[in-house]
Formats: sequence, structure tokens, C-alpha cells
Amino acid sequence: MSDEKKVSRRDILKMGTAGAFGIAGSYYLNKMAQFPNVAQASSDSSHKTSNHSNHSNHANMSDKTKTTGYKMAERLLTDFDYGEVTKLPNGQILREYKVVAIDKEIEIAKGIKFPGWTYNGTIPGPTFRCTEGDLLRFHFINKGSHPHSIHFHGIHPPEMDGLTSIYPGQKFTYEFEANPYGLQIYHCHVLPLARHIHKGLYGNFIIDPKKPREPALELNMVMNGFDLDLDGENEFYTVNGYANAFMNHPIKIKKDQLVRIYLSNLTEFDLLNSFHLHANYFTYYPTGRNDNPSQFTDTIMQCQGERGIIEVRFPYKGSYMFHAHVSEFAELGWMGFFEVE
Amino acid sequence: MKGKWLITGLIPLVLLIGVLGWVLKNGAGIEKDPAAPIEVLNIERIKVTKIGFELSVSNTGPKPLTISQVMVNDSVWNYSVSPQAKLERFEEGKVTITYPWVEGDPHTIKLITENGIITEGEVAAATLTPETNWSNFLNYGLIGFYVGIVPITLGLLWYPFMKRFSRKSINGILALTVGLLLFLFVGTLADGFEIGAEAPSVFQGNMVVIIGASLTFLLLIGFDQYQQRKQEKKGYSPFGLALLMATGIGLHNFGEGLAIGSSFALGEAALGTFLIIGFTLHNITEGIGIAAPLLKTKPRFRDFLLLGVIAGAPAIVGTWVGGFIFSPIWGAVFLGIGAGAILQVIYVITKMLIDDHKKHAEPSVSWLNLTGFTIGLLIMYFTAFFVKY
Ligand SMILES: [Cu+2]
Repeated sequence: MSDEKKVSRRDILKMGTAGAFGIAGSYYLNKMAQFPNVAQASSDSSHKTSNHSNHSNHANMSDKTKTTGYKMAERLLTDFDYGEVTKLPNGQILREYKVVAIDKEIEIAKGIKFPGWTYNGTIPGPTFRCTEGDLLRFHFINKGSHPHSIHFHGIHPPEMDGLTSIYPGQKFTYEFEANPYGLQIYHCHVLPLARHIHKGLYGNFIIDPKKPREPALELNMVMNGFDLDLDGENEFYTVNGYANAFMNHPIKIKKDQLVRIYLSNLTEFDLLNSFHLHANYFTYYPTGRNDNPSQFTDTIMQCQGERGIIEVRFPYKGSYMFHAHVSEFAELGWMGFFEVE
Repeated sequence: MKGKWLITGLIPLVLLIGVLGWVLKNGAGIEKDPAAPIEVLNIERIKVTKIGFELSVSNTGPKPLTISQVMVNDSVWNYSVSPQAKLERFEEGKVTITYPWVEGDPHTIKLITENGIITEGEVAAATLTPETNWSNFLNYGLIGFYVGIVPITLGLLWYPFMKRFSRKSINGILALTVGLLLFLFVGTLADGFEIGAEAPSVFQGNMVVIIGASLTFLLLIGFDQYQQRKQEKKGYSPFGLALLMATGIGLHNFGEGLAIGSSFALGEAALGTFLIIGFTLHNITEGIGIAAPLLKTKPRFRDFLLLGVIAGAPAIVGTWVGGFIFSPIWGAVFLGIGAGAILQVIYVITKMLIDDHKKHAEPSVSWLNLTGFTIGLLIMYFTAFFVKY
């Protein structure tokens, strides 16, 4: 009854049922009146009872406890790291950030530990934030077990691009001017790339335009996935690193309030991820550029490394679901609710 | 003096315990912690119920483990574990999943432990697992009856036909029986290995089969020799030999019942049906084998009945066990015993054949005997086509 055998068995059963022995066999069995009840099990009421007895729809992964993993995802939703701010003699703003690479076990679904590589101890890493034209200094210390780097998206001198490995115990300071405004991402760029990124070394990097955006409830969402058995397929899909985080603890929002979501896709092993909002439409600005063509829609997709800003208001009170429109990703953890009050 | 002598015996033992203790405490000196957590969760049986699935699981790894998430067909799903999600070493648990399964569809169930170790179970074609109730019990019993007792008794009906054979032809038939049995022996052993491989690796299913087979073989031989010495008899009574064959074949048929019962329990009704037809055809030949030693005697009708029941009834028990309480490790135990019993019958008949031909100053491997043996193997080989694919 090995896998191999199962396949061949099934194939042959397909052919066989058409063949003489299948017919003879079923005749033989019918005559003996074996298991008539089994064959009809699907069509009777058994499934109605199973589906609706004590479980409402989509309650299949309910868990109201506030685990460590959930708390991390919740914190990453609204935490923005503006760095240490000083003013340079020429009037320019200088922001200094501390980034430490640490090997750390992260809870990615209730009770499941993932041996991650992190920036500052979370997956995704901190959301760095600054304003266009600021001078940025990222003081990077590698306290992990492997060489790492930080590769920032944006416009900067190539030697600050994070292609040089910083070895365990070493330090490096990335220095460049914040440019252009929009939503950027950052991630490790050490080979093997897929492994270093999948392990958790990535995050959002917001460069605000000089003319500030309209005030809003700002949320940070990084779409990611986790492959537990290293077979190149994710077991869990999450936003901010924890499965079903906002499914069980909906994000509270005020009616008609402007909500701005900084959304990026850092899922490894899958080409695309998506964001779909129920019962509403939103405006989408690719790469967070106001001058980019925007869309008015309820579903957008992002390829690996793609990101953008979603702006939305909710006209009615109640629960609005959001999730990956790839059903598989949704059912493996990438699903949540906005609770509008 | 005596004390000194005892101490010399104890010294190596004490030193050995010391060494083992040191290794246990400090490790073998190669690596202290395994690179990846070793967690072995075994799914022993998946029951498909009206409301979903019920998995019997056991922790056969070296350390306690905790079941933290369950996925069904690539979807995170709610579940409960009794007695609790944390299983101590060798502890058994039951995972209950409420799931709207689809009749006939394959369903993959993944259990994920705290450390992210994934154990996968498959329901090849979902259908309600037969409940243990009287009507199913009777249905399964009936299958066992049709597969076991009926064909063997039919095979025994060739007795009057074979009765007219000469001594040499009878020996040819016995050689044919050896062919049949050799095939059954290898087949039973292979089935045992196959089922044993599914048992938790800590139980070493293959070794269980080998231990079961060799111990049964030796025990039966030893018991025989003891009996013979006690009764000062030479050789077997024909009925005794037939009885021996019936017992060995019975244990083998237990394995057949097991295969049929578990295929129904696993929702593979079509496979079960194939097996029923195949085994029934296959088992007619076993009746011939059992009748062969009786050709020189005048057995009564109830002797045939008894032989038919002994050889066939275990199929009924096997169907029950396979259908209601199947577990790979017990399957390995029973099939191992079956193989050993068959081997012993081969040994006895071969010895008898050789002795008989020696007595008449003939070569044991006569053309007739070789033909019989070959036909025996071929009959089994071709009838087995109905159950192997
Ligand atoms: Cu890296």
C-alpha cells in the first residue's frame, strides 16, 4: 500500500471497472447485498448535519486567544519605525535606524514554530518610514548564523544596494538619500536568495511624499508564506507573519474613516498573491505613487516584490472580509476581517 | 570462593552499565542536539464518519510532541485531540475533525506538530467507514465465508476424482501442493513486509514478520518431533498432515481476509470486490492441496468439513479484523505466523515425498514430481493475476 502502488491501483481500478471483472464483481456484491448503506452515504442528510451542526461558515479556524504570533502580526500592522531623527547643518533631516539580523523562532500559526531569520526579531521585519529627501543611515549588525545583507528598493548609489554579504558578527552602515517617494520594500540579497528571503528577511519601507498624504488610519500589511517541510510549497499563507491573525481578531475601523493600507507581496515559491475586499471598492496606487495610474476595484494582484497603497472608506457598519483571492492561500491562513463601527 | 567467582561474572556487567550510562548522559560525542527536531507521529487508522474524520494517532518518536494545526485538502481546519494535543512517547490519541467530505473523493489530512513536522494521512476515496454493528459484522462474515470456506470446500470436492490416482501420481499431486505452498509462502511473506512497512518504524514491521515466521516454523517442527517421539510413530498420519496443511493455509487465509476487510474499511470497495473474486478462485486450489495427503485413506465427510472450516474460517476472522480493528503491526504479526506455518507444511510434505521415493528406490525429483511442482506454481501464479495489479 505504498504511494506507488496506490497510483497504479487507482489507474487500474478505472480501467477495471469498465472491464468484465468490475461488472462481475459489482454483480457479485449486489447479489450479496453488501453495504448498500455505504454507497449512498453521500447523498443523504449526513453532510447537512456535518456542515451546519455546531459550526457556522468560515468558523473553521476560529481561535480567539492572543498568542505571541498574533501579537507580533498586530503590532506590525500599525508600528512604523521612523528612526532616530536629527537635523544636519544644511537643514536636511537625518534618520538613523538600527537593524539586527537575529535567528529566531517565530510563531506563524497557533502553536506552530518556524525557525526564522529575522530583522529585529520579527517576520516581516520593521516597517521603516521616512520622508523623501531625508538622509538615511541603517546601522546593520549581523547577529545571525549566516551572512546577510539589506537590499533596499529605491534610487541610490549601487554600492549601497546590499549585494555584499555581511558576515555573522560584522557590521555595515547603509547610507543614502530617501528617493523616490512611494512604498518600497527591503530584503536580504545573499545567495541562495529564495532561502534567505523565505526565512523571513524582508519588510516594508515607506518613503512619504514631501507634501503629506491626507490623514488616515494607516495599516501595514506584508503578504508572505511559510514552507515548513522545505518542499518548495508553503504550508501557511499569512499577512504580517501569522495565519488567520485578523480573521480571529478583526481590525477595528470607524465608519467613513479613510483607511490607507501599505500592501506588499513577499511570498516565496508562489508567483503571485492577491488582495480582495468584500462588499466594497478601494483605490489602488501601484508602488504607492499618486502619479501612477490608479485603479478603482475590489481585487488586485501583486507579483513577488510588487507593492502598492490601498485607500478605502467603509460606508456601512459591519464586518468586511478581506483575503487572498487564491482560495488555497485564503484557506491556509491569508484571510481577515475589518470590523466597521 | 564462590563469591569471588560470582564477582568475576558481574564485573563486565557493571562496566557495561557504566559505559551505557556515560553514553546516555553525554551522547556519543558526535553531536549533542539533532539538527532538526525528531518527532514521529503515526496515523494508524482514519475513520470516515458522518461529521468528518477520526484519526487514531500515536507518538512513536523519542520525545513528547504536540499537535498544533490540522489541514484538510490544503485548508486549515478546526480539530480536537483527545486526551490532549500533547502526546507522550508511545501515547495514543484521537484526532477528531469536523469536515464536509465528498463521497468518492480523495482527502489529504496533514497533522502539523509544534515544531512544524508534517504527518500526512490519505483517505483514497472517502466513504463512510462501516460501523461496528451486527449487520456489518454479518456482511463481513459472509464475505469471509465466500472467500475462505466455500472455495476450499469446492477444492476438496475433487477428492473422489483424485482418489483413483496411482501412488506416483499422488506423489505428483503432493509435489503440486508444494508448488502451491511455496507460492503462498513467498506471497504471505511479501504481504507481511508490505503491511509491516506501514507500521510505525519503531516496531520494525519487517523484523516482526521474520521473527513471527521463523519462530512459528521452529515451534511447529519442534512440537511435531515431540509428538512423534512420544507416540513412537514414524511420519504423519495422512489426516494429521492434512490438518497441518489446513492450519497453515488457514493462517494464510487470515491475511487474505485482512486485505479484503481493510480495503472495504478504507473505502476502496472496488478493490475489495476484485480481491474477493481473486481469492475465491485462488483458494479452490488450496482445497486440492489439503485433499492430497488423504488420497490413500478413507476419510469421512465430517473430516472434509473440519478441514474446510480450519482452512477457510480464518478468512472470516481476518475480514472482521481488517474491517473493524486493522492495524499494520498486528497484520505483520499474523502474516509472519502464517508464512512460518506454511513453510513448515512445505518442509513436512517435501520430507515425506523424499522418504517415500527413497523407500521405493526412485529419484525424488521425478519428471512427474517436477511437472506437478511446476503446475502448482503456475496455477498460483496465474490465479494471482486476479488480485495483483
Ligand atoms: Cu540573508
